[in-house]
Amino acid sequence: MLAPTTETELSEAIKSAEGTLRVRGGGTRPVGNLVTGEVLSTSGLSGIELYEPGALTIVAKAGTPVSEIEAALAAENQRLPFEPMDHRAILGTKGTPTIGAVAAGNISGPRRIQAGACRDSLIGVRFVDGNGTAIKNGGRVMKNVTGYDLVKLMSGAYGTLGVLSEVSFKVLPGVEACSVLLIEDLSVEDGVRAMSMALGSPYEVSGAAHVPVGLDGKPITMIRIEGFAASVAYRADELRSALSEFGASTIESDPEKTSAGWKWVRDVEKFAGTSGDLWRISVKPSDAPGIVAALGTDQVLLDWGGGLIWAEMPVGTDARAKLGAFSGHATLIRALEATRSELDVFQPELPSLAAISKGLRDRFDPRGILNTGLMG
Amino acid sequence: MEMPKPSADILAKKDHVVSRLLEVLPKDAVIHAEEETRAYECDALTAYKCPPLAAVLPASTDEVSAVLRICFEEGVPVVPRGSGTSLAGGALPTADSVILGVAKLNEVLETNYDDRYIRVQSGRTNLSVSGAVEEEEFFYAPDPSSQLACAISGNVAMNSGGAHCLKYGVTTNNLLGVTMVLMDGTIVELGGAHLDAGGLDLLGVVCGSEGQLGVVTEATLRILRKPEGARPVLIGFNDNEIAGACVAEIIKEGVLPVAIEFMDRLCIETTDKFANAGYPDCEALLIVEVEGSDAEIDFQLGKIMEIARKYDPVELRESKSASESAAIWKGRKSAFGAIGQISDYMCLDGTIPVSSLPFVLKRIAELSEQYGLEVGNVFHAGDGNMHPLILYNANKPGDLELCEAMGADILRLCVEVGGCLTGEHGVGIEKRDLMFSQFDPQDMEVQLLVKDVFDPRWLLNPAKVFPLSVTENRRALAMAAE
Repeated sequence: MLAPTTETELSEAIKSAEGTLRVRGGGTRPVGNLVTGEVLSTSGLSGIELYEPGALTIVAKAGTPVSEIEAALAAENQRLPFEPMDHRAILGTKGTPTIGAVAAGNISGPRRIQAGACRDSLIGVRFVDGNGTAIKNGGRVMKNVTGYDLVKLMSGAYGTLGVLSEVSFKVLPGVEACSVLLIEDLSVEDGVRAMSMALGSPYEVSGAAHVPVGLDGKPITMIRIEGFAASVAYRADELRSALSEFGASTIESDPEKTSAGWKWVRDVEKFAGTSGDLWRISVKPSDAPGIVAALGTDQVLLDWGGGLIWAEMPVGTDARAKLGAFSGHATLIRALEATRSELDVFQPELPSLAAISKGLRDRFDPRGILNTGLMG
Repeated sequence: MEMPKPSADILAKKDHVVSRLLEVLPKDAVIHAEEETRAYECDALTAYKCPPLAAVLPASTDEVSAVLRICFEEGVPVVPRGSGTSLAGGALPTADSVILGVAKLNEVLETNYDDRYIRVQSGRTNLSVSGAVEEEEFFYAPDPSSQLACAISGNVAMNSGGAHCLKYGVTTNNLLGVTMVLMDGTIVELGGAHLDAGGLDLLGVVCGSEGQLGVVTEATLRILRKPEGARPVLIGFNDNEIAGACVAEIIKEGVLPVAIEFMDRLCIETTDKFANAGYPDCEALLIVEVEGSDAEIDFQLGKIMEIARKYDPVELRESKSASESAAIWKGRKSAFGAIGQISDYMCLDGTIPVSSLPFVLKRIAELSEQYGLEVGNVFHAGDGNMHPLILYNANKPGDLELCEAMGADILRLCVEVGGCLTGEHGVGIEKRDLMFSQFDPQDMEVQLLVKDVFDPRWLLNPAKVFPLSVTENRRALAMAAE
C-alpha cells in the first residue's frame, strides 16, 4: 500500500507507479466497478489547515477523518451543509471515512434538497492528476468564477481524474432546534405528494423522506424543519395545517429522537445488514411512485422528497432492465462481486457524453492508472 | 486589450460563409451588412469594440446545431451571445467571428411546481424566469443586478451570482440540466429534472465556462417557493473596519441573512444625492436582509441589531414595512447608476475571504491615493464578493489605462489575501491577462485540456478567459487544420 504523507509524496507515488492504482480514503465506501492495482491511500494526508468560522470556510487535507471536521465545526456551532452519508452501515465496512472521499464521491445526505449536494459546498480542491502533476482549482471563497469549475468535475469523479489532496468547503451555522412532522400510513404516491407540498411551501423544509415499510412495519413519512426554536415551532404548526388533507400527523421535537431518525435516513440504516443488492436511483420526485412500482418491491426508502430512491433488490437483479428508459440515473451501491462485474455500477452514458467523459479521462490520466474502469 | 489578428482567409470568404448560413436560417436571422453587424460590436464592456463577420439569430436548437456545423466546417470562430450584458467582454467578437445570439430562444418550455423546476430556452431573461412562476408564489433565486436584461444563457456561461447568494447560492447551485450544442453541431443533454450527475459532473464544468465548451440552448432551473416575507435593517458605522467585524460576527452567531450589502462613504453620499435614499452621514453602511414570517423576521433582525449595538453604530434603522424596506434598498439598488451619473467608472469583481475585508479596504484606499483615482466600494459583504468602482475620465488620455492598472493591482491584492479575480462577472477579456496571478501554468493547462475535449479545434469563443500567449499554439493549430 502506498500511503503518502504530503502532496509531494503523493505526486511522486503517482509519477513512479508502474501499474494501476486503487485510490482510497478510509476504505469505507468500496463503490464502483471492481478495480485492481496497488492501494494508494490518502489517509496519511490528514489535518485541518484552515478554519475561519466568521468566513464560513474550512480547508482540510483529503485524508482528514470526517469526524474530525465535524467535531471542529460543532465546537463553533457550525456544520457541513450537505449532511454527508456514512456508508459503513449498509456496506458493512470498518475504518474511518475521510473528507476527501466524501468530496470525490459527491456524498450528500437528506439536507441535499435544501442546502445542495457536497459539490455545491465544495469551493476548492487540490489534486494530483494521472501524470503526477499537482493542480489547484477554486479556492477558499464561496463566489469564484475564475476559470473553469473543475471543483465540480472532481466531485463525483471517484478519483478517476485525479487524487484529491486538499478540499475547501463552505460551511453553515448549526441550528438551535429541529422538529419532524410524522405522517403515518400514506401510500408511496401520497407520501411523495405530501413531501412535494411541504417542499413547495415557504416553511423551509430541510429533509423529506418516506418509507413504505418503517421500523414498525407501517409506512411513515418524515418532514424536517430546522432553525431557531420559535421559528421551528411556528413552521411545524403551519406545515401541519397545510398538510391536513393527508390525515393526522404528529410533531417530534426531542433532539435525540430527531437526530437518530435522520441518521437512520441519511445512512439508509433500513438496509444495514440485509442481504439483497442495494440500488440508488435519482429521479424527479413525481416519477418516484412509478419507479417504485416498476421495481416491484416495497423494500425502498425515498429521500429528497422522492427524488432519491434506495431500493433493495434480489441478488443479481438488473434494476435498470426493470425500469427501461427513464429520466435520471441508477447506481448499484451494494452487490456481490460477481454482480458488480456483470452489471454496470454507474448508469451507462449516451455515446455523445461517454465520448466526452472518455476524452477527459484520457487527458487527466493518460496512462489510465487511477481507479481504472471504476465508473465504466 | 489585445485580440488575435483576424484570419485573412476567413475575411475573404465572408460571402461564402454568409450564403451557407442563409441556407439554414431565414433571411432576417443572418445579419451581415456592415452597418448592421455593428450592433454586435461589443457587450457591456464598451471600451472594446469590433464588428463581427456576421451575426446569426437562430430560433431553435436545430438551427443552432446547423449554424455551428457550418462554422465548424468552415473553421470560423463563433462567439455566443446572450443579452450582451457582460461586464467582462465575454461576448466581444473578432472581425473573423460569427456572433451566435440566442435572443429568439425565449420560450418557457415547461413549469413543474410539484418537482420545483422550470425549463426555458436560454435566451429568456433572468427576471422573466421568475416572472413566469410568480403567480404560483415561486421564484428563481440567482439575481444578478442586470437581471432585467441578462439572459439565462449568459448566466450559465458566467455562473452568475447576485445579492442573495449567501443563502441561495449562484447559478451552478440552481441549474439542474441543459441542452447544449457542441461546436461540431452535436446536440447533448446534461442533467435533467433529477438531482446530481450519474457519471462525471459535466454540467458543473459547463456552468461558468464562458461559452467556450458549447452553446446552451435550453436550461432546467430549480425554482423555490417565495418566503413569507423579507425585511432589511440598515446599520451605519463610522469605520469600515468595524463594519467588517460586525459582518463576521453576524455570520458567526448563526443568523443566515439572505443578503449583507456594504457601501462606503463615496457610495453612500453619491446614491443618497441621486436617489434621495435618506442615508445617514457615515463611513460605512450595511444593509442586512432576513426572510420568514413577520415574527421570524422580527426575531432575526432583533438578533442582528443586538450584535450591531456592540459595535457602536451611528444609525440602526429597522424596516417595519414594505415601504420602509424599499427606502432602505433604494440607494443600494441605484448605486451603479448613481456613480455613473458623476463619472465614468470601472467595476471590479474580486472576491476575498470575509476576514480580510478591513485590510483590503485599507489597501484599496492607499491605492486610490497612489493612483490619484477615486474608488467607491459597494459589495456583497456576506460572501466577500467586492465591487470596487474606480472613477476615471474616459475623455482624458491615459486615464483608462491608469484605471486598468489600478484595477489589476486591486485584483492581485484579492488573490494575495486568498481570494480570486472574479466572483460573478467572469474573466472574459477583461481579466484574461491576470490569470497567471491566480493560476500556475499547470493549473491553467488542465483547463485548456478540458476545452480540447469539448472543442478540439478551438473555435468557440477562443480568445477569452486565458491569456492569449497561453492559447496561441492551440488556436494556431486550429487555423492550420482549416
